[in-house]
Amino acid sequence: MKILVCLKQVPQKDAPLKLNDAGTWIREDVSYEVNEPDAFALEEALRQKEKHSGEVVVVTAGPARAMQVLREALAKGADRAIHLEDAAFVGLDAYNTARAIAAAIKDEKFDLIFTGLQSDDCGYAQTGVILAQILGLPHATIIMHIEKNDGGIRVKRELEAGFFQLVDMPLPAVLTIQSGINKLRYATLIGIKQAKTKPLRKVTLGEVQSAMGANLQKIEKLYAPQKSKNTEFLEGPPAEVAKKLVEKLKNELRVI
Amino acid sequence: MDTILVVVEQREGKLNRVSWETIAAGQAIAAQTGWTLEAAVVGSGVAAIAGEVAEKKVGKVYDVESARLEPYTPDAFAHALQAFLEKHPAKLVLMPHTYQVRDFVPKLATVLKTTAISDAIGARYEGGKLLFTRQMFQGKFVADVSFAGSGLYFATFQNGSFRADKVEAGAAPAPVETVNVEVPDGIVRNQPREVFREAKQAVDLTQAEIIVSVGRGIKEQKNIYLAKQLADALGGELAASRPICDNGWLPMDRQVGSSGQTVAPKLYLALGISGAIQHIVGMKGSRSIVAINKDSEAPIFEIADVAVVGNLFDIVPALIEEVKKAKG
Repeated sequence: MKILVCLKQVPQKDAPLKLNDAGTWIREDVSYEVNEPDAFALEEALRQKEKHSGEVVVVTAGPARAMQVLREALAKGADRAIHLEDAAFVGLDAYNTARAIAAAIKDEKFDLIFTGLQSDDCGYAQTGVILAQILGLPHATIIMHIEKNDGGIRVKRELEAGFFQLVDMPLPAVLTIQSGINKLRYATLIGIKQAKTKPLRKVTLGEVQSAMGANLQKIEKLYAPQKSKNTEFLEGPPAEVAKKLVEKLKNELRVI
Repeated sequence: MDTILVVVEQREGKLNRVSWETIAAGQAIAAQTGWTLEAAVVGSGVAAIAGEVAEKKVGKVYDVESARLEPYTPDAFAHALQAFLEKHPAKLVLMPHTYQVRDFVPKLATVLKTTAISDAIGARYEGGKLLFTRQMFQGKFVADVSFAGSGLYFATFQNGSFRADKVEAGAAPAPVETVNVEVPDGIVRNQPREVFREAKQAVDLTQAEIIVSVGRGIKEQKNIYLAKQLADALGGELAASRPICDNGWLPMDRQVGSSGQTVAPKLYLALGISGAIQHIVGMKGSRSIVAINKDSEAPIFEIADVAVVGNLFDIVPALIEEVKKAKG
């Protein structure tokens, strides 16, 4: 099976974020990591390849720094990488991101395309489904298991409130992968070494721009959330805080 | 006259209650814009739901029917709504941000050459422009988002963004129109099988009055006992955010959030939980929320009644002692 995995580089989970001067995006000087569900998508692709042989290709759209997620993926076992490299890719809506990726892979034929179910920065949860529509492929979202069979694949979709559903679908297909579908592996030293010699294709904005259009939605303003509650902050040494908190639980919240 | 269309959600012939929140959102936007509000239910044999929605203050309800709409598939739903919207143009289409809607709306919007603002938590009409608020960066920031261009837009609302009990009833039932759509052979490519639960839910967190919940801040599986001791001391249940269950540190049936259980205890004590949207939607209805987190910027503090910024490994042991003392 030939599998494409779409990876996004996002700010690290506990990185303190600051707004840019225009108040439309964050300041870029933070630490980044691969979007968590995308890491599970990559792991799933590597496992499918180990079972059925084939090839795992990883793609990302972002500035030079985004190369890091491709390097890590290659070190973990991906065979080659595609980097749509331009700072402009950061500000795209989901529709344009999907169109850029579709344009970058137009000469390739994948059996499966994976994305994470949503990104930790924008959280649109749309790019994978839009990509499927652009490529004319069936899709399924929030996937927790994938099994190849004679006619195609059987996937396990997560529904809400602890429910699941099995879905049979033909290949090729696009799947958005849920965190926790598998256990992530670490890159090995040999893997890290080998990654340096694996093929990397760079795609410029110019090469895919004709497939893209104006963004259909716009972030007018980004700001810190307004508090909806009157939060009371308890301060002091641990023993004192614990005492104050228990008094509250007892006298105000009446749960003790 | 511009039209707002709310597409309510039904599954296997039952209205998903979160749809009332979307109707409330539609009524609020209609009041601000002066646009007409209509609703639609999409499925097979769902006229009763259309009738239920028609009791509310809406101009009209469409019952969009095809045998191919049951069971749900993204292909059939996107096709049916595309066909419907081409005949019944709307300016703004609203839906709840459910797993089902997430599955087909990006496709539908793409087919119709437009876009969906997803997972919004609010909407307002300002200077002739619709602005939707949505959380970004896992709730650390909020964005005002607008649509470019004009015409058909889609927006989906996060669970709990509008109040279902604020839905206005109509003076008289709204007219219901049945629209039969054709979903031709070959459109539907996925074959869904039945819906199931993995294992019997051993723990019913929805009935718990006190919940002590752990997140990534607990760091290692061996530290879970701390939270367990606190839960035991308080006489509450132990719960967790998704990453903890993904790691197998606690069983899946102790997960609170969009993919786990939705709870509303008297006390929700969040230990080392940052407060990602997917977790918040499962517990924001709690009567009181106490959060302990080392990161003073953690989004969980936005909804906490009582906040403690600090190291949970220092505070929790002290807390366990104090609770034991207080209980005698």
